[in-house]
Amino acid sequence: MTSALNKSSSPSIRVHGNSARYSVIRRLPVHLVLLAIALFSLLPLLYMVSTSVKADGMEFAVPIEWIPQVLHPENYARAFIRFPTLTFLRNSVIIVVFCLVGEVLTGAMVAYGFARARFPGRQILFFVMLSTMMLPQMVTLIPQFILFRELGWINTFLPLIVPAFFGGHPFYIFLLRQFFMGLPAELEDAARIDGAGFFRIWWSVALPLAKPGLTTVAILSILTHWNDFTTPLIYLKSTRNFTVALGIHLFKDSYQMRFNQQMAYAVMMTLPVFLLFFLFQKNFIRGITFSGMGGR
Amino acid sequence: MIASVIRPNSLSPLQRREALNGYIAILPWLLGFIIFVAGPMIYSLGLMFTKWDLLTSPSWIGFANFQKLALDPFFFAALGNTVFYTALAVPLQLLVALGVALLLNANIAGQNLYRAIIFLPSQIPIVATALLWFFIYSPTNGLANAIMSGIGLPQQRWLWDIHLVKPALIVMTVWMFGNAMIIFLAGLQDIPLQLYEAAEIDGAGAWRRLRHITLPMLSPTIFFNLVIGIIASFQVFIQVFIMTDGGPGTASMMYVLYLYRIGFEELNMGYAALLSWILFIIVLLITLAQFAVARRWVYYEGIRDD
Repeated sequence: MTSALNKSSSPSIRVHGNSARYSVIRRLPVHLVLLAIALFSLLPLLYMVSTSVKADGMEFAVPIEWIPQVLHPENYARAFIRFPTLTFLRNSVIIVVFCLVGEVLTGAMVAYGFARARFPGRQILFFVMLSTMMLPQMVTLIPQFILFRELGWINTFLPLIVPAFFGGHPFYIFLLRQFFMGLPAELEDAARIDGAGFFRIWWSVALPLAKPGLTTVAILSILTHWNDFTTPLIYLKSTRNFTVALGIHLFKDSYQMRFNQQMAYAVMMTLPVFLLFFLFQKNFIRGITFSGMGGR
Repeated sequence: MIASVIRPNSLSPLQRREALNGYIAILPWLLGFIIFVAGPMIYSLGLMFTKWDLLTSPSWIGFANFQKLALDPFFFAALGNTVFYTALAVPLQLLVALGVALLLNANIAGQNLYRAIIFLPSQIPIVATALLWFFIYSPTNGLANAIMSGIGLPQQRWLWDIHLVKPALIVMTVWMFGNAMIIFLAGLQDIPLQLYEAAEIDGAGAWRRLRHITLPMLSPTIFFNLVIGIIASFQVFIQVFIMTDGGPGTASMMYVLYLYRIGFEELNMGYAALLSWILFIIVLLITLAQFAVARRWVYYEGIRDD
C-alpha cells in the first residue's frame, strides 16, 4: 500500500516542479486574465452587497459608491418586515427538511438496490432511470399540476414534498449507486454471514460508509429546494404559504420596493447557500483525502 | 481481478430473495417514475386533443390544437428566441468555463483563492441573481450603464431594448459559468499526469499538449456539460419571468414562459400539453443528435467499469 503511494507520488512531484517552472514564465499574463475574470465574477456580487446597505435614493448615484459613506443595515430589517419573511423562512425550512430526508433516504435505498441486488430487468430499469435524467422537468409540469389538483393538494406543501419520497432526482440515485459500488464488498459479506438481511446491511453497514456521498446528495437537495421558484410558483397560492424564493414574486406586484431592500433580500437568500458552500468545500476536500488523492 | 461467480439463469430460493429485496429497494423510484413521470406524460398525450380550462369538463377537439399551433406567432417567436438564446449562451458559457478551468488548473499562486472568488458568485440562487441583474440592467444608472459611461459608450436601455434584451440575458447566463467550470476542473484533475510527462519527453509544447492530450481526455466532460447545458437552456424560465416577462413585445418570450402563460394564466391545458410534448420532442432529438455526433469527437478511455 505504502509503496504504491510512493510510486505514484514521486512522478507527480517531478511534474509539479516542471509546471511551476512553466508558470514562472507565463505567470503575469495568466494572473492578469484571472484577475479580469475574478472581477467579472465578483463585481455584480459586490454591487449587490454594497447596494443593500445604501441609503434610499442613493442606489443610482454616480459615480457608484462601492463602500457607502453611511451604512444602512436597517434595509435588511425593512426588507424583512415588508413581507411576512419569517413565515416564508419557516415554510422554506419545512419544505427543505422534508425533501432532504425523503431524497437522501429513498435515494440511498434505490441506489443500493441497483448497486447490490441482482434481479431480472435491473439493466433495463437502470437505463430507464438514467434516461429520465435527460427529461426536461418542465415537460411534466402541466400533467403533474392536474394530478395534484385532482388530489386537492393545491396551495399545500404536499406537491413540493411528496415527490421527494420517491427516490429524488435520478442524478442522486446514480451518484449514490456509484458510491455504493465503490465500497469494499467484504464488510457487507461479513454482515451477511452474521445473518443480517439486505436492508439491515444497507442501513447499518453501507449507509455509514457512504457518508461522503450522502452529504453530497444532502447538499444538492437543500440547494435545489431552497432555490426552487417554479414549483412553489405553481402550487402555492396564498402569501402565508410562500417560500423565501417565491417571496421575490411579490416584488413585481408591490411597486416601489426599493432596490436597496431588494438587494438586502437577495443577500439574505444567498447567505445560507454560501454557508453551505464553505461547509461543502470542507467535505469535498475530506472526500479527496479519504479517497487517497490528497497526497499529491 | 474480478472473480465473481456467474450465477445460472434459473433462480434459486436465495437468488429469488435477493431479487425481491432489489425490487423492494427500487420500488420508491419505480412508483415515482410511474406516478410523476410516465403516467402524466401519457395522460398529457391524450390531453393535447382536448380543450380544457380546469373549470368546465374537457372537450375533445381533435387536431384543433395542432392547427392552432401551426398558425401561432407567439409559439414561433418563443421557439426562435429560445433557440437563439441556447445557441449563443451555452457555447459561450462553456468556452468561458473551460478557459477559466484550464487557467486554474495551471499550477499558479493563489489558485484556491481565485477558484473560490470565481466560483462563488455563480452560487447565488437564481431568483436572487435575476433580481440582481434586473438592477444591473437599470436603464437609468445601473452597473451596466455605469460601465458603458466609464468606457465612453452611450447608455443603453438593455432589458427594454428589443435588440439588446436577448444579448443582455445571454451575458447574465455566461456570468453563471461557475458550475460548468467546477465540472471541467474535476475532469481536468482526472487526466493522468503521466500523459503530460510522456508528451514533455517527446517535446510537445503547451499548445500541442492542450490539443492532443487535454481536450481529447476532457471530451467526455465537455460532452456532459454540453448535453446538460442545452437541456437546461431550453427550459430557461425564471430569469425571463422575473426580469422581462417576455418583453419588450415578444423579444424575450422564451418557450417555457409561453408554456407557463398558456397553462397557468390562460388555463388552456390542452394546448399547454401539446406545447409540453413538442418541447420534449425537440430536446430529445437534440440530445439524441448529440449522442450520435459524439462518436466522432468524444474520446472514451478503455477503462473497465467494475
